[in-house]
Amino acid sequence: MLAMNYRGPFRVRAEQKPAPEILHPEDAIVRVLRSCICGSDLHLYHGLVPDTRVGTTFGHEFIGIVEDIGPGVKNLKVGDKVLVPFNIACGKCAFCKQELFGNCHESNPEATAVGGIYGYSHTAGGFDGGQAEYVRVPYADVGPVIIPEDMDPDDAVLLTDVVPTGYQAAEMGGIKKGDTVVVFGAGPVGIMAAKCAWLFGAGRVIVIDHIEYRLDFVRKYAQCEAYNFRSMEDPVVFLKKTTDWFGADVCIDAVGGDAAGNAMQTITGRKLMLQAGSATALHWAINSVKKGGIVSIVGVYGPTDNLIPIGNVVNKGITIRANQASVKRLLPRLIEHIRSGYIDPKAIISHRVPLEEVADAYHIFSAKLDNCIKPILIPPSARQ
Amino acid sequence: MIMDLEKKFAHIKGWGVDADPKNEPTYPMKKYTGDDHQRLNWERPEEQPVTVEILHSNERPGLPAVFGTSTPPSGLSGNIRRFAFKYSESSYGHWLPLLLADRVNVVEGIIDDLRKGHVPNIFAEKGYKAAWTHNRAGVIKKVAITALATTALILLWKSGKAKKR
Repeated sequence: MLAMNYRGPFRVRAEQKPAPEILHPEDAIVRVLRSCICGSDLHLYHGLVPDTRVGTTFGHEFIGIVEDIGPGVKNLKVGDKVLVPFNIACGKCAFCKQELFGNCHESNPEATAVGGIYGYSHTAGGFDGGQAEYVRVPYADVGPVIIPEDMDPDDAVLLTDVVPTGYQAAEMGGIKKGDTVVVFGAGPVGIMAAKCAWLFGAGRVIVIDHIEYRLDFVRKYAQCEAYNFRSMEDPVVFLKKTTDWFGADVCIDAVGGDAAGNAMQTITGRKLMLQAGSATALHWAINSVKKGGIVSIVGVYGPTDNLIPIGNVVNKGITIRANQASVKRLLPRLIEHIRSGYIDPKAIISHRVPLEEVADAYHIFSAKLDNCIKPILIPPSARQ
Repeated sequence: MIMDLEKKFAHIKGWGVDADPKNEPTYPMKKYTGDDHQRLNWERPEEQPVTVEILHSNERPGLPAVFGTSTPPSGLSGNIRRFAFKYSESSYGHWLPLLLADRVNVVEGIIDDLRKGHVPNIFAEKGYKAAWTHNRAGVIKKVAITALATTALILLWKSGKAKKR
């Protein structure tokens, strides 16, 4: 089958590799119809995530058709069209029972801090991902959801990660009606977090980024304010001033370790890798939120350490909430929101690229060329 | 006050639909069931047969019920990875060797390609076709800077050699 193949930082290609097989009674094999490149795939692409092995296939956002099932699968049948949450979850461990599907303890041998994730390095379990024609889906009775007949496949593929992650970012913010919410990052997740902040009753939503076309997009899409941090001397002072010198009620870090905006963070975090990515957005979030405010983190960082002003977290009495989105828990609510027209996920798709051109798609997304917001990859077998 | 807000945001579809005044903000983090106190003693799923070498964190007693079998450790990078897994996720002894192994693995990947008779097209793999289409000026600038830096290095090296003579 054709699959994306990682060759090293900033180098990927599409090439043939053996199709996946059933390895466990609860496995399914899914023929991929669409897969996305996620902003967090760029952390892998940039070589920031340890134990990213040459030859692996990325991709944790995909939908497809069930081609084969193991003898233990009861809820799915061959031919079902499914969306597959990016978390691999057993449904039986103490964490899954508490709906922490992003923290499953039965899906990742290599690290205990994170559950299994499709195509997200061996630090997340060593599973091949969905930027391929076929993918192995473990615990097929737990994660995958049959795509409702009335749902556009483009909406469905964005329900595997982007929409739930953006929604959970807002949810973890504990937003009260009238709150001012600041979202750092106007990438797909930041855009969705800004959109979802309104659903929780935000009174003001502000997005901070430095890519003009993305700021323009989020202003229209999420009906919010959006500012370029390059145009201000200090984003923290700007945010204090614009909140009557009080600070935002809620700050959301939707950037993670690839953040720009601070030379020291960029050099130590992204270039020299002396910390687990650049923590500029988190630094700003902690310093921009009000005393007693909430900082919600969905941006992805590596597993080592980061330079953040932890003293200010203590002194300001800030609550920090963070997690990988628990996609399965959120899906019923989000499907309803799409049906009601509250969220229009497919509007963020900017590029449709054949899987054969995966290297170009990664470069365009990484270098933010051609006004790229969200690229999706279409395998050859899905184009026939 | 709340009525005012609803009016103010009437143009935003769905405004406030999830604003539950009883919203317990810790809910997203944990719907507590008490299962934590049973520790790892849940009814485990059937275990996947181990057919390739799987390294596992020393912060857990064994393998989980499922795991990925993609790209098992091999070669020099594999040895470095095996060394890394002697240390916990809390230790630099774990993560720094893994990063080193990743870089070694890139070289192994190129050697492996050549061994199979495949010369990797680095430019294509880096997406230069897209860069040429969408950011031609950037590509030209990059090539010019690289050429300039290379020339400077060669001149520096030559002048150093001449001085030695």
